[in-house]
Amino acid sequence: MASLARRRATDYAAKAISTGFAALSLVFLAWILWTLLARGLPALGPHVFTQITAPPGAGGGLLNAIVGSLIQIGVALAIGTPVGLLCGTFLAENGRGTHIGNCVRFVNDVLLSAPSILIGLFVYQLLVVPFGGFSGWAGAMALAIIVIPVVVRTTEDMLNLVPIGLREAAFALGAPQWKVVTFITWRAARAGIVTGILLAVARAAGETAPLLFTSLGNNGWSISLNAPMASLPIAIYQYAASPFEDWVALAWAGALIITVGVLTLNILSRLVLAKMK
Amino acid sequence: MDATLSGTQADSLVAARKPTGRVSDPVFVGLLWGCGIFVLILLGLIIAMLFEGGLPALREFGISFLWSTTWNPVTERFGAGVMVFGTLFSAVIAVVIALPLSFGIAFFLTEIAPGPLRRPIGVAIQLLAAVPSIIYGMWGFFVIVPLMAAYVQPPLIEWLGPLPLIGALFQGPPLGAGMLTAGLIMAIMILPFITAMFVEVLESVPPMIKESAYGVGATTYEVYRNVSVPYGRTAMVGAVMLGLGRALGETMAVTFVIGNATRMSASLFAPGATIASTIANEFPEASTGSLKLQALLQLGFILFVISFIVLALSRMLVRTKG
Repeated sequence: MASLARRRATDYAAKAISTGFAALSLVFLAWILWTLLARGLPALGPHVFTQITAPPGAGGGLLNAIVGSLIQIGVALAIGTPVGLLCGTFLAENGRGTHIGNCVRFVNDVLLSAPSILIGLFVYQLLVVPFGGFSGWAGAMALAIIVIPVVVRTTEDMLNLVPIGLREAAFALGAPQWKVVTFITWRAARAGIVTGILLAVARAAGETAPLLFTSLGNNGWSISLNAPMASLPIAIYQYAASPFEDWVALAWAGALIITVGVLTLNILSRLVLAKMK
Repeated sequence: MDATLSGTQADSLVAARKPTGRVSDPVFVGLLWGCGIFVLILLGLIIAMLFEGGLPALREFGISFLWSTTWNPVTERFGAGVMVFGTLFSAVIAVVIALPLSFGIAFFLTEIAPGPLRRPIGVAIQLLAAVPSIIYGMWGFFVIVPLMAAYVQPPLIEWLGPLPLIGALFQGPPLGAGMLTAGLIMAIMILPFITAMFVEVLESVPPMIKESAYGVGATTYEVYRNVSVPYGRTAMVGAVMLGLGRALGETMAVTFVIGNATRMSASLFAPGATIASTIANEFPEASTGSLKLQALLQLGFILFVISFIVLALSRMLVRTKG
């Protein structure tokens, strides 16, 4: 065995290096945020929120992209939340310990980490090709498939935190399962379930790849779900890679908006979750 | 009085006492089951549609599509070799960079950090995972790529390039964009996932085991290395594979910084392409029903198979904790 002095030195070095690594990762976060603020803030102005995309050099903002993103996320939530909620409830209430429950949980885990670009390709094959064109519906559907596994996961986790005695008490009073679930367990886990939905919104809001092949993006005012629809991430993608200075500036403004939104949602939901557990 | 009650009357009494459950409950439970099964069907549909969409390309080029390194839209000859290589190479670079960092950060968060700082620092590191992929792409493209080209790659090429064996990794022009840059950005992206799971595993190590090691005079680092880590090794390997799985499918960040060249090179600095970046880049130029689109869908199917295998393995390992 090595000498005590050497072991102490190793211990000290390991602690110092680990602390350094943790500091390094915080530096990366700060660096990304600093870049966004330094380049996004100067480009940010009322025009970003009030004007739609314009040709390079003609000003213009991100209004159509912001509205498009909100519409698609809204529809995705309307589709994804009920499905995810019921599936998560199934896992926590009916599927516990069964083969089919384990199977669904595993598949949901796979969907949760599956490359999102493949979900875009899937919806392209499913909705864009048969219906003859890119559309807001297809984009919303792709985002719904991003939303579902997040909601399923958090719903199951939160329902598992609800004490079994609460359910037993309700069943003992003769309540049917739908009443127990809707009036007792969902209500007890409400804050956690809402948090899960917020996390899903945060995730869907930043997704770019699945929208490339589904809602495509649109440089005009586009609020029809039947036509190609603009969205913030796609606008950032197009503008950032463009050779025009004012477009790149708009991309940074968009990036700042989206990151601030997503990080705020994340911090909020983490605060609620920490309180629950 | 009971004697006068016929069977059907008793039935209707029972029924009257639980009016809500008879019809609505089967419907509700059916709905729960339906949504559970729906998720299974969804995954099945994704696999089926990607495979079916790419089938014509597989028929055209045969099984050699998997490793053929030709990608020529002009002559309509397509192969997945370069992209499969790029996907695996960049993801492995990401894991090689992220693994020691996660290892250290998990040690910091579980053993070193003072109590009140643990959560805020942990959450801040987790926020790295919440930053959208496209933001990493922009940051990488505008900030990291120029830095790599100006300050990192030239000295590495000068010092390490002439060496035998490993020299080949460090040759080529310092473009900034390329495999190493993509790997580096992805490492920052997957680091929070791996760290979070490491911390979870390490916190599940029974305190008694650690205390006995401390009792015989082990240092904090020795307890971490020789007790905690071996205890949770299986789950930690699973966590690393989950990180690998995420890196394999990463799209937007990689598309910005990998250079997008459909050539194969062993150099860390050479521009390359991954399956995901190729799909994102070339999809706009692929018309419906074209051979190119089918080749892209087939690429998607290959990516799905690779990430499915990696994710499935990681889940199995994480489940069997310890």
